Amino acid sequence: MRHKKRYVPLLLMMAPGLLYLLINNYLPMFGLVIAFKKINYSEGILAGIWKGPWVGFDNFRYLFRTKDALLITRNTICYNLVFIAVNTVCAIGLAVLLKDVKNRFISRFCQSAVLFPNFISMVIVSYLVLAFLNTESGFLNKTILPLLGKPGVQWYSTPGYWPFILVLVNLWKNAGMQCMIYLAAVLGIDPQFYEAASLDGAGRFKQLCHITLPAIKPVIVMMLVLSVGKIFYSDFGLFYQVPLDSGILYDVTGTIDTYVFRSLIRLNDVGMSAAAGFYQSFAGLVLVLGSNLLIRRLDKESALF
Amino acid sequence: MKTRKLLNELLPDLLLMLISAACLLPFLILLSSSLSSNASVIRKGYSLLPVDIDLEAYRYLFGYASGILHALTVSLFVTAAGTAVSLAVTAMAAYPLSRKGLPFRRFFTVYILITMLFNGGMVPTYLIYTQLFHIRNSILALIVPNLLFNGFQMMIMRTFFAASIPEELTEAARMDGAGEIRIFLSVVLGLAKPVFVTVGLMQAVAYWNDWFNSLLYIDRTELMSLQAVLNQMISNVKFLSSLSGSGMGQAAMQAQASLPGTTIRMAIASVGVLPFMLVYPFCQKYLVKGITIGAVKG
Repeated sequence: MRHKKRYVPLLLMMAPGLLYLLINNYLPMFGLVIAFKKINYSEGILAGIWKGPWVGFDNFRYLFRTKDALLITRNTICYNLVFIAVNTVCAIGLAVLLKDVKNRFISRFCQSAVLFPNFISMVIVSYLVLAFLNTESGFLNKTILPLLGKPGVQWYSTPGYWPFILVLVNLWKNAGMQCMIYLAAVLGIDPQFYEAASLDGAGRFKQLCHITLPAIKPVIVMMLVLSVGKIFYSDFGLFYQVPLDSGILYDVTGTIDTYVFRSLIRLNDVGMSAAAGFYQSFAGLVLVLGSNLLIRRLDKESALF
Repeated sequence: MKTRKLLNELLPDLLLMLISAACLLPFLILLSSSLSSNASVIRKGYSLLPVDIDLEAYRYLFGYASGILHALTVSLFVTAAGTAVSLAVTAMAAYPLSRKGLPFRRFFTVYILITMLFNGGMVPTYLIYTQLFHIRNSILALIVPNLLFNGFQMMIMRTFFAASIPEELTEAARMDGAGEIRIFLSVVLGLAKPVFVTVGLMQAVAYWNDWFNSLLYIDRTELMSLQAVLNQMISNVKFLSSLSGSGMGQAAMQAQASLPGTTIRMAIASVGVLPFMLVYPFCQKYLVKGITIGAVKG
């Protein structure tokens, strides 16, 4: 017993962090019940939730009766799938290029450059995108398109372009980070493999297919499974800030996260946004458990739990 | 044959330089337009290099009237205070968990792990912070929600402590009569500098860049950080463009009047990027470390 007593100060040290998680993470999890309640606003919001009647799945029925539910689900999942595919291919390609570069300066400079956008806030990204796409003074409409002899485009009111713009912005912002992870894996490969392959006359492409990719396969699989687990979540800043919250674009830029935000802040519809949030958390939970199960099958050591 | 070989050698270098240039191009346009005169930006549009260089935007920005210096102070304060508190809380949770003998260690690990996997989402979080803790429009709203402490960084620190602080060292300190707190403060923290730099930088970037907490919880001007000011200006741009064509109402006139010119907006955005751009070369190494360690477990 005396042996255990010396851990008391250590347990107390952990208290602030654990308490914070209780407030910031666990209380909201209980708050998910709001989705099944009708809030009685005359009592104030918290008491109104507590005393409000249970309404079962009414909020969900309401949400899924609109065409929004299908639309935001489709957008969230499809964008994520495209992001995963495009970013993975580009990040691995870049990591392979970086591995082979002999000039140390170019290698270091390029690593810094591709990683830099990762550390910029989405608000500033929306300024950068606006500098390109502004109808009257944007770089595309004023400089690039006239050079090609094409007329200007009203970017912020033409939905057709946005899937491409968002994929490109997301690639620019996030590929650098993924590239660093793959680069770390690629640099861990024993150079003797490559020397042997060169002696046998294998070119760059053959080396890529037969040495690099098989060697980093576990990392790729892990990253893919982790991103699939997050497929119901979207980067709020990317879908809200970058299109400047333009109403005409909602059909192609609306995701579950922007929908929850708009119903809460703009429409003040707590029930509906809570239902959408619950739907997201639930689907996310199923996917996280599923992908963890998958990881455990593939490689027991890497499973999260 | 020889040219082909040379091309084969140079092609990757060339490609990488092109990719780097493409990544940095937007920042070049941002800085150039902030240094150009407003009239030239309106006439010729944004351009790669500054056109009739004019520091008017920056002069306005650092004048008293703009309020940007105040926003910058808020940003700096939130970043410094937030990072400091966050490092303390994270280290205090991570060190005990790195000790093998800690009672209920498994329970605490799972307790933290769950928060990394599931969350209640925006609505309940918002209601709890506004209705239960009433932090709307206080400086705490910029520091506490979602940013102060997270499981990933705790895991990074815990792994570091477990790997690089040998049991014999803490044992020896205990023999000398030092209590657990004393050991933590004088032995452990002394060795923790590398991981403090990594996690501290990640936190500092997160605080400096945060605009979402301002969007949800802040509407008092004096609590607006630089990112919040930028966010507010771009919503006015949105608002104006949504009205264009339908004639200008009074609200639009007001928004127009309160909206600074293009070059000033770009100058403020540059101020949001520049401090980080300046320290980036020195801290890139640590940030990459954070990314790659974080990826292993998470």
